[in-house]
Amino acid sequence: MGIRERLSGNEAVAYAMKQINPDVMGAFPITPSTEIPQYFSQYVANGEVDTEFVAVESEHSAMSCCIGAQAAGGRAVTATSSCGLALMWEMLYVAASCRLPITLACINRALTGPININCDHSDSMGARDFGWIQLYAENNQEAYDNFCMAMRIGEHRDVRLPVMTCQDGFITSHAIENIELIETEVVKTFVGAYEPEHFLLKKENNLSIGPYDSAAYYMEHKYQQADAMRAAKQVIQEVAKDFAIISGREYGFFEEYQMQDAERAIVIIGSAAGTAKHAINELRAQGEKVGMIKLRVFRPFPAEELVAALAGLQVVAIMDRADSFSTNGGPLFSETRSACYGMYGAPPMVNFIYGLGGRDVRVDDILFVYQQLEEIQDTGTTGDTYRYLGLRS
Amino acid sequence: MSYTPAANINEQITWKDISPAGEIYESGTAVLVNTGDWRIMVPAFSEEKCRHCMLCVPVCPDSSIPVQDGKRLDFDFMHCKGCGVCYKVCPFDAITFGKEEK
Repeated sequence: MGIRERLSGNEAVAYAMKQINPDVMGAFPITPSTEIPQYFSQYVANGEVDTEFVAVESEHSAMSCCIGAQAAGGRAVTATSSCGLALMWEMLYVAASCRLPITLACINRALTGPININCDHSDSMGARDFGWIQLYAENNQEAYDNFCMAMRIGEHRDVRLPVMTCQDGFITSHAIENIELIETEVVKTFVGAYEPEHFLLKKENNLSIGPYDSAAYYMEHKYQQADAMRAAKQVIQEVAKDFAIISGREYGFFEEYQMQDAERAIVIIGSAAGTAKHAINELRAQGEKVGMIKLRVFRPFPAEELVAALAGLQVVAIMDRADSFSTNGGPLFSETRSACYGMYGAPPMVNFIYGLGGRDVRVDDILFVYQQLEEIQDTGTTGDTYRYLGLRS
Repeated sequence: MSYTPAANINEQITWKDISPAGEIYESGTAVLVNTGDWRIMVPAFSEEKCRHCMLCVPVCPDSSIPVQDGKRLDFDFMHCKGCGVCYKVCPFDAITFGKEEK
């Protein structure tokens, strides 16, 4: 039962890739995701996998390579970060629109301007409306587990959508943590073979993909994608249920931490949830009714489930590790608050933009957020809903 | 998801019946699609003047000049774009070219 190891988040994902042994990897190095294709190319060189490793000249080509491979009938993977993901923009949209279930390990890093190599979610949040499923991890274990589940979700007949598994650059990608790996044979059986019904190299039937859509057809195809995203909600839950059987680890759309009797809560994505858990433990020890929701699945957005989980709270802070510059809050805030509109007794919500460009988020910072929530609770005044955490002013 | 033959895909088809991502599961399906509807100029074929030299057939970019038993037939106007290349190569004035009246 399980292999106890200590690995960095990048090693964990590369190891999952090795266990799955995909047909093609098209990848281009970029900090902090570079280690994934680096480790993986060692597996290729050592003959531990029989994957075709394509060393491309840019991320645009990396995604193009994956599109071609997946359309041909293969299983394609890649890894990238920040501007690398941004350079894929055009092809990310093509991959989802062609309904090709490619798997991408996104190691979250700030987008350039000014240049910065550290963690925030501006890269994957920028790609949130491209039709990709997005799973986020708090730690190395979750990064590994999400990657193991990704293909079963994306390749499901009712879904056929690419999947992006995200983890925090450096914070989890480079930090070595204890991890429990699953035996390779068990992973292989769990993931199964990729068996698309139609693919370019299938000699029994001719196939054209990506033809021109005139105005008379385009909307029908977009709605199919939206419908597939809806179907993915069910599939994500089914796959998690099967995964719990082989791993003993259970995953939902989000994790609820100390939410049973909570009055004040935060909604957060990624590694800062670990810091928040520590802060919550401190506050709980003092009798404070505080809790947290850590979102794992951002696309599809689990609106109904989130609304149900937020019901009964007195005040909520939504934590965004990316700004959208809308002046109306970050992406998680906009979506969560929108989901709660019309909810009976919806709690007041404020948005904290935090940790941009790798800015440290310490226990004290999270305690400050709960203190702000207490103030809102006591005064009944929400104040400015769009706030920056730890900004010098 | 539906794997609809190309012949059944038309502007009345619903999102449930149209093939996913616009995939096409057969070859040569362009023959089913009216691509001649945006033509502005149009060639006309004179059977009396034509010597069936076949110079026009290979230069047509849309394969819109059908040939049967060694003789060319009238244009396939469902696919002809009115480019006029056939009119330029004809040595016998068997093809005239002018603005299409619609």
